[in-house]
Amino acid sequence: MFTGTNAYLFLVVFLGVAVIFPLIPIGLARLWAWTFSPPKPGFEKQATYECGLAAPEENWRPLRPGYYRYALLFLVFDVEVLFLLPAAAAVGQLPVGAWVALLGFLALLAEGLAWAWGKRILTWK
Amino acid sequence: MEHRNEEDRPGVVLTQAQACIEWAYNWGRKNSVWPLGFGLACCAIEMIGASMARFDLARFGMEVFRPSPRQADLMIVAGTVTKKIAPLVVRLYNQMPEPKYVLAMGACAISGGPFKQGYNVLKGIDRYLPVDVHVPGCPPRPEALIHGLMQLQKIIAAQKLTGPNRPRFLKAEVSGEYPVPQYGPHDLEPGYTAEYWQPPKLAPLE
Repeated sequence: MFTGTNAYLFLVVFLGVAVIFPLIPIGLARLWAWTFSPPKPGFEKQATYECGLAAPEENWRPLRPGYYRYALLFLVFDVEVLFLLPAAAAVGQLPVGAWVALLGFLALLAEGLAWAWGKRILTWK
Repeated sequence: MEHRNEEDRPGVVLTQAQACIEWAYNWGRKNSVWPLGFGLACCAIEMIGASMARFDLARFGMEVFRPSPRQADLMIVAGTVTKKIAPLVVRLYNQMPEPKYVLAMGACAISGGPFKQGYNVLKGIDRYLPVDVHVPGCPPRPEALIHGLMQLQKIIAAQKLTGPNRPRFLKAEVSGEYPVPQYGPHDLEPGYTAEYWQPPKLAPLE
């Protein structure tokens, strides 16, 4: 049955089982709730925090981007160096497609460096 | 028997099937009551002791103390409820999914106990929450807590699925949330939820 062109048929069977298996208990639970047990959502019940205290202010607020700047500079100065070493070692044998990809990667990082320079966050005091 | 409710009329097959479903449903629920893991005072020590190996709440399927109200079925109010913590207790109860139960453990949770005269002690969690089982003691020993939990199991086993006597959580029109008291200038406001609890009336003087 699972030979020749049907060698991967069992994957389809597994996929079907994987979909049906969780759907049965979920469906039964929904049926039970619909028949007997009404849902009771509410303001407190759907509150974000579950520590007992009311949230003191709005949950959505702007965060300081300082950390992300550091993360971007880390990418530029550390990860770029990490990738440049193997790229420099293999630069003679690279096909054209790899060259283009490499230059694209370098261009992205150079853009990040230019952005950081333009924002004047490369100064440390 | 002309005033008998329509839903209580004994059908032959349907009543049997429903009794079986009801029994299985309640059997499953009463043997997997997951308490909310929070202790307020020294009663919590006894509650923790009850869940450990010597007293072994796992026999009743109740050892799974949940750190989140979203996963808990039972709130064991273990200890003195100060007026500072009372709104938090009510809010945690509101965040528990239905069906949910409350067990007041110890004299403090029931009535304020030895601290009843204190300015900052709530004189019983009944004022804000519907308590199913009261376990007296100061603190109650783990055996007493286990006895209270077995009483709760009896309560759960007797609950109906349909009909006018079905429990609160099966009635769609009854809210699952209780009013959370606010901090007032002198006391919690309101001092109790009048809909569910009234202060005891003194007998008139003769």
